[in-house]
Amino acid sequence: MALPKAREDALAARLQALPVAAGKGWLAAVRAEALARLTAMGLPARRDEYWRYTDPASLNAPEAPVAHSFDASDESEPFDGMDRLKIVFVDGVFDPAASDDLTLSGVTIERLAEAGSKDIHWAQGLYGVLETRGQDPVARPFAALNSAFATDGVLIHVTGKATKPVSLVYVHESEVSDAILHHCVKLDPGASLTLLENGPAAARLNKVMEVEVADGASFHHIRLQGRDHERRAVTHLFARLGARSELRSFTLTANGRLTRNESVLELAGAEGRAHLAGATVGDGEFHHDDTVFVTHAAEACESRQVYKKVLMNGAVGVFQGKILVKPGAQKTDGYQISQSLLLDEDSQFLAKPELEIYADDVKCSHGSTSGAIDEVALFYLQSRGVPRRTAQALLVLAFLAEAIQEVADEDIAENIHARLERWLARHGSKG
Amino acid sequence: MLEIKNLHVKLEEEDKVILRGVDLKIGAGEVHAIMGPNGSGKSTLSYVLSGRDGYEVTEGSATLEGRELLEMEPEERAAAGLFLAFQYPVEIPGVGNMTFLRTAVNAQRKARGEDELSAGDFLKVVREKAKALKIDAEMLKRPVNVGFSGGEKKRNEILQMAMLEPRMCILDETDSGLDVDAMKLVAEGVNALRSAGRSFLVITHYQRLLDHIKPDVVHIMAAGRIIKTGGPELALEVEANGYADILNEVG
Ligand SMILES: Nc1ncnc2c1ncn2[C@@H]1O[C@H](COP(=O)(O)OP(=O)(O)O)[C@@H](O)[C@H]1O
Ligand SMILES: [Mg+2]
Repeated sequence: MALPKAREDALAARLQALPVAAGKGWLAAVRAEALARLTAMGLPARRDEYWRYTDPASLNAPEAPVAHSFDASDESEPFDGMDRLKIVFVDGVFDPAASDDLTLSGVTIERLAEAGSKDIHWAQGLYGVLETRGQDPVARPFAALNSAFATDGVLIHVTGKATKPVSLVYVHESEVSDAILHHCVKLDPGASLTLLENGPAAARLNKVMEVEVADGASFHHIRLQGRDHERRAVTHLFARLGARSELRSFTLTANGRLTRNESVLELAGAEGRAHLAGATVGDGEFHHDDTVFVTHAAEACESRQVYKKVLMNGAVGVFQGKILVKPGAQKTDGYQISQSLLLDEDSQFLAKPELEIYADDVKCSHGSTSGAIDEVALFYLQSRGVPRRTAQALLVLAFLAEAIQEVADEDIAENIHARLERWLARHGSKG
Repeated sequence: MLEIKNLHVKLEEEDKVILRGVDLKIGAGEVHAIMGPNGSGKSTLSYVLSGRDGYEVTEGSATLEGRELLEMEPEERAAAGLFLAFQYPVEIPGVGNMTFLRTAVNAQRKARGEDELSAGDFLKVVREKAKALKIDAEMLKRPVNVGFSGGEKKRNEILQMAMLEPRMCILDETDSGLDVDAMKLVAEGVNALRSAGRSFLVITHYQRLLDHIKPDVVHIMAAGRIIKTGGPELALEVEANGYADILNEVG
């Protein structure tokens, strides 16, 4: 099907501004296929049902809109003091000097740029593969664009239990950087890895992560998206879970002009467990979109989506979440909750929760709420001498608690809690 | 300690007048009781004194140790020494009771320019005071008032009062919903706090609480006014004859 003229032009303009993806080896062929997928679907437009609540214009634009980096020196770097293997990207480019040695027992880590030029590689079975599966039933053009043009990233193969977390650190320096990162993580049966991500990465970031979690493997993912106010990001997490495997992914977003985080999960083996959670705090010019698609394709799997957003001074939050239960996926346990706390009337939350179920023996629940702060509770706290601002922060943190609880590591959960506390001390509704 | 003069209050949102000229003076170390039929404005008085939104003071004043209360934020009133034990204690899901108590105690200490209590010292004091009120460790860990029984909520109010050591304590129907044993416990908690520098305003429906917390002065409130003031015998009179006689007598 040919694209309408306007879309064709938009795509042409975008493609023209992108560096020609160099390459020989397996990656070149995979990229060509991704480009063909992108060309067939075109870039998203506000008219698309999937982009109804989020305007993709600034993500489509040939040049990244200017974004200053935020001076976060008043706060220690996240995960500081943790024993971890650090891999640093500056404006989307691997920085070997700032990174640790890429050696870790039970894990092999390679740069995409190097591994891609080989004739054969394990990542051939993963790179662009889960992304392609995730294009049905809803097109995700930015993910296809990413597969076609990603300039850097890591390929992580986990064969055993990783002895420490792998920590991807995304430094943003240039005001106009436009980063495209693509990571692949393959966990062998019974393997386990904790992957940490933090930082704004660039003025504009397009990031894809494809994760294959084999039978009995476990993948924990914790992401802190940085405090830059003007940055824009579109990210995709594609994951496929084997039998009795586990995936947990938590994202903290504070600030950012535009963020669209898509998570596309397939529970492909029996008794898999997937927990997705997000805690978001936004003040002013802030648009944050969590778009989630969880497919139950096997029996007795459990999925949980817990998304909480605190919005003030005109901030906008979006949640689009779907649980699809395929025929035969009996004994599915699906839970989805998306909630917003609006600290004033200028802020808004748009939610589209969906269930689509083709099996009869399932337990699925979803709920979406949007509410103001509980004035009675606020008064109760104040009457005990707690200043209004502190009382408000206490109630906000209580609201976010269900999402933060999804972080399995207690130290990290506490660190996130403390970060939010400091953020809340600096931000308040003017309404 | 507390002096209320000609206090008139209406609802902010509608033209409903609730308090129509309340006068009340409580000296240091005194215990006063307010009794009165439902809807006479007792809770409203306690809310207005502690600074809850939704009410408009159209006339009058209220001072605590000479400081005008009505201009202050609720937290400033608390720091100035005012405490209200709520008729309906509020549930706060997600906020642990212990966190709540510690935040409150330290916020007040900070407001008064005192050092915060260390976690260890705080824990020691809470445990001791909670024990006297038969509040167990589990109740301290739970979110504030969530899933508490009526009696547990009221005891939790008294625990907060004991921790914050206010100078002016208002108890709004702290006895309602309590069985005799629980009421004794609460009364003991209150009596333990009685001192020369601390005053109490006990709002109650029934004489029975006043058997345990002996008031110096009893006021009868009706239709937004204090219509009669007397000694402890006034409470007995209400107990025996109800409010009808007094209302008729005053007209
Ligand atoms: N926020 C409010 N909205 C509407 N009516 C109120 C409000 N607060 C108090 N009232 C009314 O004011 C009157 C006094 O109430 P209250 O102070 O609770 O009396 P009491 O505690 O003596 O029973 C009642 O008629 C009550 O319905
Ligand atoms: Mg009342």
